[in-house]
Amino acid sequence: MSDWPKVRLHVVTGKGGTGKSTVASALALALATRGKNVLLCEVEGRQGIARMFDVDPLPYQERRLTTGLPDDDGGRGVVHALHIDAESALLEYLSMYYRLGRAGKALDRFGVIEFATTIAPGVRDVLLTGKVYEAVQRNSRNKSAIEYDAVVLDAPPTGRITPFLNVSNELAGLAKVGPIKAQSDTMMTLFRSPRTAVHLVTVLEEMPVQETADGIAELRAARLPVGGVVVNQVRPRDLDADDLAAARAGTLDRARIEADLVEGGIAVSPALVDGLLAEAADHAERRALEDSQRRLVAGLDVPSYELPRMAGGIDLGGLYELAGHLREQGMA
Amino acid sequence: MTPRSSAHRPSRVGPAAAPGHHAGHLDVDALLDDLRTGIIVCCGSGGVGKTTTSAALALRAAERGRKVVVLTIDPARRLAQSMGIEELDNTPRPVKDVAGSGRLDAMMLDMKRTFDEVVLSQASPEKAQQILANPFYIALSSSFAGTQEYMAMEKLGQIHRDAQADGSYDLIVVDTPPSRSALDFLDAPERLSSFLDGRFVRLLLAPAKGPARLMTAGLSLITNALTRILGAQFLKDLQTFVTALDTVFGGFRQRAQQTYSLLKADGTAFLVIAAPEADALREAEYFVERLSEDDMPLAGLVVNRASPEPGGELSADEAMAAAQRLRRTGDGALTAGLLRLHADRVRMVERERTLRDRFATAHPQVATTVVPALAGDVHDLDGLRRVGDLLARRH
Repeated sequence: MSDWPKVRLHVVTGKGGTGKSTVASALALALATRGKNVLLCEVEGRQGIARMFDVDPLPYQERRLTTGLPDDDGGRGVVHALHIDAESALLEYLSMYYRLGRAGKALDRFGVIEFATTIAPGVRDVLLTGKVYEAVQRNSRNKSAIEYDAVVLDAPPTGRITPFLNVSNELAGLAKVGPIKAQSDTMMTLFRSPRTAVHLVTVLEEMPVQETADGIAELRAARLPVGGVVVNQVRPRDLDADDLAAARAGTLDRARIEADLVEGGIAVSPALVDGLLAEAADHAERRALEDSQRRLVAGLDVPSYELPRMAGGIDLGGLYELAGHLREQGMA
Repeated sequence: MTPRSSAHRPSRVGPAAAPGHHAGHLDVDALLDDLRTGIIVCCGSGGVGKTTTSAALALRAAERGRKVVVLTIDPARRLAQSMGIEELDNTPRPVKDVAGSGRLDAMMLDMKRTFDEVVLSQASPEKAQQILANPFYIALSSSFAGTQEYMAMEKLGQIHRDAQADGSYDLIVVDTPPSRSALDFLDAPERLSSFLDGRFVRLLLAPAKGPARLMTAGLSLITNALTRILGAQFLKDLQTFVTALDTVFGGFRQRAQQTYSLLKADGTAFLVIAAPEADALREAEYFVERLSEDDMPLAGLVVNRASPEPGGELSADEAMAAAQRLRRTGDGALTAGLLRLHADRVRMVERERTLRDRFATAHPQVATTVVPALAGDVHDLDGLRRVGDLLARRH
């Protein structure tokens, strides 16, 4: 049923302001069907998940967040959340893979941890993606941890996504041999496999669509698997094509609209009708622009999904509504 | 320590400041026309139209007679083309077809080249080559996290010094990278110091000298651990990098300190750019608070992409009720559609107004201007002029 049955790691990216965190959250809710455990991760220190789901700021610890969107028969899975920060990830990594004992403490004491996570470039991304990898690919070292059916990553924006996932490349010049190198290669194997999909969120405007196209090209060049394009904040479609054309041309039937308004029980004034006509013309112009951008999205040759603009803003109920749209269209 | 002026303490204002009593409209033209305004820094989260706003402000200032240079980070291709800066060569280029007596130059920041230039200017040629070839340097100077912010400020400092010397510009408009870390440059002097004075770096620099010898036992523990995890080459490269950079950092730190003072001075105006959405305004609050903490001269808030005001007085509920009645009668699909669109727009505008009011209540001293969303993207000078008009418009 889903377009992505094999995918265990859903990476959600998008240009700033397009709503990538919203889409990542809605996707997690949509994936959490009966009996499934889904993990929603964020890596940018914004605590966006906590705000969206109205819970306390998340620690570096997997927390049960909420239940998923119910199936047709009312079954629902569980969505967990994790806020990944580089420093905690490094400490966890060291204790999981190296019994460093005193040396581990010394690393912290001498500022190596801070150094590694703030100054040493690339290392930060590797630590963040490393933890994501661990959550997808649970092994015996992390005992009693939940085995997730899917992991959704609220990832850095489109402009940064390819270097972010292309960890072995980032480390290439720095760690040429040794266990870190071997591990980053293993991570790349997952990120490049059909078990990963990088979804891109856009809105139907010129710059975000262009950036999406560029992002797809970069991902493909790095042999990272491109998932779907989620077109967010789509305007309502209350007028048909003929009406839109008339609205643009300024030839909508004014007398007819006035009569309808009276019939609908509204006190008609010229100002009111002028306002409605002006709004219609403006809407028609934006819809035309949306349509031209939609054609560009269709030309990207990846599955696309559309989510409506929510006039009243997005609350928890709104997230479930968006999750419903994603499931209906086969993204989850 | 001198007490901070109360005007700089927005969030600590108590109940005495009643809601609605805020600084009101941001007078953009007064800001641009004031010859004391030498630097305008635009900051805000991604996707709020920072680059367009920076370019529009710069063009407007130029057409009002100023000698302006705009430093952009990552303009959309067509906008860059229309300004003649599609080539990333780190040098300001004149923008053609600017009206009036002023002039406008534009440039796009080349992060790596700016960094390289700093190294080249600070170190001996031999040392510089050593640094430029080091894998740590290559990663640091071309990765996005943090470096871009430093380099934007470095370039600002350079342009400002040159402009002071030869009078080439009297206004510099700076676009900042699209992230919360855009304000990292405020911490740059401190971070550079703590980097250099950090114990780990000290150890790498002088492992066997002076008091560091006392820590040698700890150091060998660390180097052994790091070698185990990362391989010996990693540590060697790191050591070379830190040693080489140590010679450059003194100058670097000093420049960062100068730029910081420059930003704090009266000639600078920070503008926080936002969109009327909860997330973007939350980021704007962060910027406002961070700037106030450092006593940075905040000129105001620009709210871009506002939904256009609906025409007429009809409320969303009335419109929806009428639309439903019309749908029931089966006729009037067009009018019902218009009413639903109207209701949608009224709701958007109301939500945006609520968000803006909340911001104004929490930060009553921040003057604001609201720019309605344009139907299409801006990619020519006429588009920038239109945005400039909207920025300067009184509400």
